[in-house]
Amino acid sequence: MHARFKPGDAVRVRKVYPLGHIRTPFYIRGHSGVIERLCGNFCNPEELAQMRSGEPEQPLYRVRFLQKDVWPGYRGNAQDVLEVEIFEHWLE
Amino acid sequence: MGGLPAGKVEPTEHDYAEWERRVDALRLLLSGIRGGKKLMTVDELRKNIEALPPDAYERMGYYERWVISITQTMIQRGVITTDELGRKMEQIEKRDARKV
Repeated sequence: MHARFKPGDAVRVRKVYPLGHIRTPFYIRGHSGVIERLCGNFCNPEELAQMRSGEPEQPLYRVRFLQKDVWPGYRGNAQDVLEVEIFEHWLE
Repeated sequence: MGGLPAGKVEPTEHDYAEWERRVDALRLLLSGIRGGKKLMTVDELRKNIEALPPDAYERMGYYERWVISITQTMIQRGVITTDELGRKMEQIEKRDARKV
């Protein structure tokens, strides 16, 4: 599948809480970050968890967030980052 | 209750909320009772209620458990996908935000 984002693109993680098996952590939903790299294309774990094929494969990205943006009252270095691997359909 | 001590049960009457009536209707229709396609069984309803974590089970009302269980069943059967559910939830949130 063609990757919609490229390294350096600003993205926001969709803030929604449907049921099912979801690899996007709760704590990162609704936060904005930057694409660090494209990790490759993989079958959709939301479908694999329900014993279906998960095809077509979906682009997976490593997304970089600033820790101070993610954790309320973060007192570490303002440049500290957090990287999370997120599937394309969770990014906008 | 369910084999665990739970104190005295106080039976009371109460009116059903509109959404509770709709959940009940949804379950009936999905069971194929009106001649539609049979998309779930009562056993799936029970299985997915039993799969709720104990604290969630305690916190939820009767029809809240039902609607969670019905949704899980529809995802497991592939009637809807997790992605479709998430997108619909976003759409409804946006619609309701405009009303306020």
